[in-house]
Amino acid sequence: MISISHVSKSYGSFQALKDCSAEIARGEVVVICGPSGSGKSTLIKTVNGLESFDVGQIKVGDFRLAPGVTHMAALRRSVGMVFQSFELFPHLSVLSNVTIAQTKVLKRPKAAAEDKAHALLARVGLSAHVTKYPAQLSGGQQQRVAIARALALDPEVMLFDEPTSALDPEMVNEVLDVMTSLARQGMTMLCVTHEMGFARNVANRVLFMDGGEIVETSEAATFFSAPASARAKAFLARILRH
Amino acid sequence: MSVDFSTIVSAAPFLLTGLWFTIQITLVGVGGGIVLGSLLAVARLSRNRFISGLATAYVNVMRSIPLILVIFWIFFLVPWAIGWLVNGGRPVAVGATLTIFITFILFEAAYYAEIVRAGFRSISTGQYEACEALGLPKFHAYVYILFPQAIRNVLPILLTQTIILCQDTSPVYVISATDLLGAASKIAQRDGRLVEMYLTVGVVYFLFSYTASQFVKSLQSRLAYGGR
Repeated sequence: MISISHVSKSYGSFQALKDCSAEIARGEVVVICGPSGSGKSTLIKTVNGLESFDVGQIKVGDFRLAPGVTHMAALRRSVGMVFQSFELFPHLSVLSNVTIAQTKVLKRPKAAAEDKAHALLARVGLSAHVTKYPAQLSGGQQQRVAIARALALDPEVMLFDEPTSALDPEMVNEVLDVMTSLARQGMTMLCVTHEMGFARNVANRVLFMDGGEIVETSEAATFFSAPASARAKAFLARILRH
Repeated sequence: MSVDFSTIVSAAPFLLTGLWFTIQITLVGVGGGIVLGSLLAVARLSRNRFISGLATAYVNVMRSIPLILVIFWIFFLVPWAIGWLVNGGRPVAVGATLTIFITFILFEAAYYAEIVRAGFRSISTGQYEACEALGLPKFHAYVYILFPQAIRNVLPILLTQTIILCQDTSPVYVISATDLLGAASKIAQRDGRLVEMYLTVGVVYFLFSYTASQFVKSLQSRLAYGGR
């Protein structure tokens, strides 16, 4: 479904991504983890073209993304994204947040878009909040709206860029529950996250990144029980100590 | 010299014509200025160096010359420009009112552009990324997502600029157009009623500006997101 091959990117002399390659099959859930500054967010944002890259190519379904490709409308339609800081549109109601791209991008009639939005908001447990504005919701609720907004375009792939990092601890699980049920329904998911419980229990595989490189790609269970690289061992030792 | 406010009554119709012209200039300046200014702001933020350079140059030139000079430029140059385009080189009379309207739109646009640009810059990059990730075409992203937030973030400054604009219409006298202050000044000199006239227009300006700034204040407190 997603094929990343030999992708590199530099900012001046700093190399943000070094020859990254990965294959993600349809329906697979892959977690990207690693220390901060290791290029996780940069890599995930190359997949829907938010970050450009200098070398290599990425294929998502039939869409081929390479340096210099600028028309990405088809790519954006098949890839949904959830951001660390939600990025809901603050001047629009919850319902409008979920309908706007449907009506403007997919040209769906308003009634159909609203039906879809109501269904998705029910699915993430927010039926009672459709007329509210983002500022009236908790962080966890906002992030669930953001997930519904991304799903409204019927994407084939969902990207999550640290979806729970900006949340208070008691709200992390409500978002992870939504992500877990999405994974169970067969969505192809690429997630940058520090939630090791989610990685262990829900993900099929883990990509471990450090210094802009994909250091290790393992089955999730293997990654936690027997990490192959010394860097992954050191990382896990640091984060799993408590 | 005695002070006699009854003179205001007989002067009222002429003062009202002046006031009406001041209001017209303000409305045209605000409307046209914000539309053109917003386009300039978007152009300044463009990644295309030519477009952003052109818009930047325009804004900087307009902001570094006095309004009176722009009025003169438009008054003397626009007839030639139109004549050159459509009338085989013979200048076409444009008239003071139209000149003033064009001038204020072009001049105020430079100031509104900077305010709107500040509004766009106050929006987090994440909002731009969210628009892109959803595949919203640029035009839709600006119209439905970015512009409403930008305007909302700078609305108080935008209205303050409008109050300034309303007070700054007086230089129109240089091409014999008459705004509120111009009207008062003409009657004051004709009748020798300087004190009465200038006090009266002072009160009118004050009432207008004070009401407007109170409105800005109440707007500011109502504009917090989610507070409705």
